[in-house]
Amino acid sequence: MSAPLLEVAEVEAGYGDALVLRGVSLAVSPGELVAIIGPNGAGKSTLLRVVYGLLRPEAGSVRHASEDVTGLRPEQLTRRGLNYVPQVSNVFPTLSIAENLQVGSVSLPRTERRQAVADMYEQFPLLAARRRQRAGTLSGGQRKLLAIARALVTRPKVLLLDEPSAGLSPQAVELVFEQLAAVKRRGIAIVMVEQNARRALALADTGYVLDMGRNAYVGPGRTLLRDPKVAELYLGKSTAASTSTSTSAPSGMSEPT
Amino acid sequence: MPILAVREVVRTFGGLRAVDGASFDVEQSSITALIGPNGAGKSTLFNVVSGFLSAEGGSVQFEGRRIDRAPSHRIARRGLVRTFQVPRALTRMSVLDNVLLAAPNHPGERLSGLLLRPGRARARERTALRRAHELLELFRLEQHAGDYAGVLSGGQRKLLDFARVLMAEPRLVLLDEPMAGVNPVLGRQLLEHVLQLRADNGMTFLFVEHDLDVVMEASDRVIVMNEGRVIASGAPPEVRSDKRVVDAYLGAAWSA
Repeated sequence: MSAPLLEVAEVEAGYGDALVLRGVSLAVSPGELVAIIGPNGAGKSTLLRVVYGLLRPEAGSVRHASEDVTGLRPEQLTRRGLNYVPQVSNVFPTLSIAENLQVGSVSLPRTERRQAVADMYEQFPLLAARRRQRAGTLSGGQRKLLAIARALVTRPKVLLLDEPSAGLSPQAVELVFEQLAAVKRRGIAIVMVEQNARRALALADTGYVLDMGRNAYVGPGRTLLRDPKVAELYLGKSTAASTSTSTSAPSGMSEPT
Repeated sequence: MPILAVREVVRTFGGLRAVDGASFDVEQSSITALIGPNGAGKSTLFNVVSGFLSAEGGSVQFEGRRIDRAPSHRIARRGLVRTFQVPRALTRMSVLDNVLLAAPNHPGERLSGLLLRPGRARARERTALRRAHELLELFRLEQHAGDYAGVLSGGQRKLLDFARVLMAEPRLVLLDEPMAGVNPVLGRQLLEHVLQLRADNGMTFLFVEHDLDVVMEASDRVIVMNEGRVIASGAPPEVRSDKRVVDAYLGAAWSA
């Protein structure tokens, strides 16, 4: 097996006296899609914040491309090929789509920026058609796609996403998950935190269940999905309706490439 | 008589007609879901009904009385309380105190109550404390009771907001995407609690939600909004097979 692109080892982190992560480890290979699920307060978002340098861990390390990047600042990590899409406040609502992407591209060398923005229009035709439109007037799904494009414009090798489907209508959820599958097909590794746990595991190569700041379960997404213990503790009962949603997902989305 | 009657409500932002003549009723002790695409005007309508935004046209009646001119705190005191999509907690106050603060009428807070009936004030406080701990248990926040609310995660703040609303013992509860960002197992338990509160106390719930499993399972009636208007309403199976709803909101995956 190739060396992991991103490796989190025994990380402990928290806010003030409250320790949220109590020794979490995670490994991501190039192009792998990793889903992190678990109860509220398990430390999922905190883990992403540590990886992206928004929170300094008290112990443990984060390695990227075999280098120790623990404690580096977000903009340094972005230059090294890591980017992060927060759950909210992820676009500038008063700026146009084009301006949002341009602002996103500033971490690239000046000569590459124009092409990087053009690449995003090619990958997201929906955004290209609205490039003069203000981000604040986009629908929830379009706005989320812009947030993802704003992160991808920096040409990352690893994309970190905090609950990409939260607050989106069913159609918009489809749209976002389809696009994430496409991002993965282009060889970009994705680490996403999701409460839409069944959906996320169905799409993921590897699933991590976090509970009380520790790794509770790790395994292929589909295996976790079938694990009765995981289902009982973390997924909730499956209804006929949710089964029909997952099976009607566009082909190619669910199969790891 | 419906507990809530919304009539031809209009609210604009600049040139955008966010709510454009929406009308619907919510029946006493019902669980009513409000669904629709992002930007349909659901949250704006919630803001108008709960008094956080004024209506520019139309009316809102709660238990037969107009509330569309009343400020939010007065509407809340009358028994109509809401949660927020992105909740506000008092971060430098303990989780327990955040919940206790929402308890209805504290007799010990008024000097007259404290001086004339200290026993009653104390009894009332004991009841409130018991109920607060029950709610924290239910929302799996009990181990954080003494922590500052600021240490809670985004999802946990949402749960705290929900607990605060139930602590207020309202008659009509507006829930803005209660399940978004909440772990599905816990979400399931909260849903059961909502059904229990309706059965035991006749509490009425109106909620915005995108999780259609929850909508179909929990609600008696579904109201569908698109572009600021109500485009359909009815029992969950009817709405689910309504072509306008499928086109505007559900998408092909749900047309089966």
